[in-house]
Amino acid sequence: MAEEKKLFKVKIDNISVEVEPGTTILNAARQIGGEIVPPAMCYYSKLQGSGGKCRTCLVKVSKGSDADPRPMPKLVASCRTTVMDGMEVANITSPEVLDARKGVVEFLLLNHPLDCPVCDQAGECHLQDLSYEHGADATRYEFKRRTFDKVDLGDHIKLHMTRCILCYRCVYTADQLTEKREHGVLGRGDASEISTYISQSLDNDFIGNVIDVCPVGALTDQTFRFKNRVWFLKPVDAHRDCENPKCCGKTVLWMRGDEVFRVTARKDKYGEVEAFICDTCRFDKKEAKDWIIEGPRKIERNSVISQGHYVNTVKPKDALVEVLDGRQPKLVFNIHSESQVNRPEIDLSKIPGPAHSDDFKK
Amino acid sequence: MGRKLLLDKAHIEGIRYYDTYRANGGYAAAEKALKTMGPDGVLEEVKKSGLRGRGGAGFPTGMKWSFIAKPEGVPRYLVCNADESEPGTFKDRYLMEFIPHLLIEGLLISSFTLGANSCYIYIRGEYAWIPEILEQAIAEAKNKGWLGKNILGTGFDLEIYVQRGAGAYICGEETALIESLEGKRGNPRIKPPFPAVKGLWQSPTVVNNVETLAAVVPIVNIGGDEYIKYGTGKSTGTKLISACGNINKPGVYEIEMNISVEEFIYSDEYCGGIKNNKRLKACIPGGSSVPVLPANLLLKTAKGETRMMTYESLADGGFATGSMLGSGGFIVMDEDQCIVRNTLTFARFYHHESCGQCSPCREGTGWMKKVLHNIEYGKGKMSDIDLLWDIQRKIEGNTICPLGDAAAWPVAAAIRHFRDEFEWHVANPQESQTRNFGLAHYADPLPTPAAV
Repeated sequence: MAEEKKLFKVKIDNISVEVEPGTTILNAARQIGGEIVPPAMCYYSKLQGSGGKCRTCLVKVSKGSDADPRPMPKLVASCRTTVMDGMEVANITSPEVLDARKGVVEFLLLNHPLDCPVCDQAGECHLQDLSYEHGADATRYEFKRRTFDKVDLGDHIKLHMTRCILCYRCVYTADQLTEKREHGVLGRGDASEISTYISQSLDNDFIGNVIDVCPVGALTDQTFRFKNRVWFLKPVDAHRDCENPKCCGKTVLWMRGDEVFRVTARKDKYGEVEAFICDTCRFDKKEAKDWIIEGPRKIERNSVISQGHYVNTVKPKDALVEVLDGRQPKLVFNIHSESQVNRPEIDLSKIPGPAHSDDFKK
Repeated sequence: MGRKLLLDKAHIEGIRYYDTYRANGGYAAAEKALKTMGPDGVLEEVKKSGLRGRGGAGFPTGMKWSFIAKPEGVPRYLVCNADESEPGTFKDRYLMEFIPHLLIEGLLISSFTLGANSCYIYIRGEYAWIPEILEQAIAEAKNKGWLGKNILGTGFDLEIYVQRGAGAYICGEETALIESLEGKRGNPRIKPPFPAVKGLWQSPTVVNNVETLAAVVPIVNIGGDEYIKYGTGKSTGTKLISACGNINKPGVYEIEMNISVEEFIYSDEYCGGIKNNKRLKACIPGGSSVPVLPANLLLKTAKGETRMMTYESLADGGFATGSMLGSGGFIVMDEDQCIVRNTLTFARFYHHESCGQCSPCREGTGWMKKVLHNIEYGKGKMSDIDLLWDIQRKIEGNTICPLGDAAAWPVAAAIRHFRDEFEWHVANPQESQTRNFGLAHYADPLPTPAAV
């Protein structure tokens, strides 16, 4: 084949990058990195056909290409638009894009319950990050939010449809990783929901990955549900020889002390898993002895998870020993015998009405 | 009387059946196309005719056909979009119900031009009785050798299949239609790739409206040069308009695109004026998704010219003071109609029909419906009007398919032109439940801008 591949020059927010033909704008931006990368809620690089649905990655193409310099008439979804040679894209430099993105975040949060305090996804939720960075501080929605009943999808997965943003990632995951997809989207419009047909339970070797790809707390791990907050746990890289040939066996254990609370796949900085793992690794191997621990997982500094060094990491210095310098502490006086008021033998709860000094003079 | 091309034989008894249709000059165009013109000849005539897609967007058909990719060994498909679900539009139903052979002849010529050996008619689920009519017509045509193998000895094969939809408006969007035809959930695809490259079963596909494909027949019959003598400017030929609302004679009319809107509404040949001698308040000239216009802007453009029933004239002034010809669903409203209620009806429709794939449309349509519901039922606030404007602005252009735009435009136009009616609803919550705002100043002549 041709020895030198022609690379396309693209300018995103005035930063030039050369990428291979066929790359999407989003991936070109990820090659540059930093804050010019558009957020993506539904696109998942490992899942074919994903993207284009959430509209958070909208960007403005201010120059189509060198051959055809006309700008594109509408904002385009950067995850599904491929670059052209000489294309110029405006993401955070375009007020129009930021305004549209703010609108999209508002739409995404419109029917979202915002139950982060009781949601297992909190702390690693893409929607939290997105609304923190791009959302408004209050909603203008004054109506009842759409709700659904919680559904058990088999023993391991809990579906909380109310939180779903319909990114379709879990549908693609089931399509592409498992042998038979048993769930999909039913209904339409804002009544559409992820559901298994006639509530069949999902039982498949790789279906647990839908938990990892879910950007919000709609699909959660039943074996981990309400056990702990993610930021109290310590993520460590670990691996094991998995019998399943399709499973890579490389995981992250979320531990507290020696206890393994949950097992997930390893995620990169865009929250996408590096390689998918099987359900045996995820749900059944919940003991440290099952795993070969490699070391602590690097988590981005600004993530709430890296704030959580609560267990055995910071021990308060015991200053008392130093202050006493080998002496034994001794009782200077018994406050109960000195004070007229502070008398433990008088039970305050037995005194009718508010306590009075007379009550203590007996 | 305006000249007719499509419905000129519609009055003949039994035109639905092959023998009558054939006896009245039917299938002459197909014979001409297949035997003498050849695919390139037909394409040339269609390009020359300036025929524009009759489904709503008005994209030139000849250009669309020339875009189709022609890789070796890959079948090509023609899909006829008969999923006519736009509120106010019912022209294709008339065509299919009464002159099915005109459509089949059009499909035959178009498939021949595109080199498609399979053709699908995707018909709206609610048109439950029409598939039978079409299938009967297809069987008749097949018996007479117009479909099947080796048509007219040219070696061209064609099969036409009728597929019923399941009642989703969104399946009228071409990529959603293709998904639905493949047996999947009718979600619009993300473009590119366009159907002309990867459409039905990942093969090159052309999707055209019923009326567009039927119009190919007269074009082949009279030639492209003759066809552009009908109509004006870039709006060539005739257009079926389905008129409804507060008019004396609702129905499907074939118009030559050279008459004025005023003539169409008031002449006895067409709508026959407003019912009960009421006054015209507003009109939606092209089906529910296009912007509504008040009477004064409907009859005259902002420049003071007479508005004609053409693609260009109706769009004159952009969305600020114009509208669109769209699919030809002409909805007329008299002085007793409430614009707020009408807008609520449309918003409810789009909320119900949103597929739920992309977030702005899924969440935004429902929100607009709820806010409009509050205003209509006397629970609105002044800030709701600005809120509505902001919601529609954030939906428009940010969605995968045009349904988001179609949901946003009616709301935008209603607020743009009828803002005082909305404000009256908010300011008089009690009164607005008992009477309508009425005509107000919506028919007052606009000041003509001074010539520059």
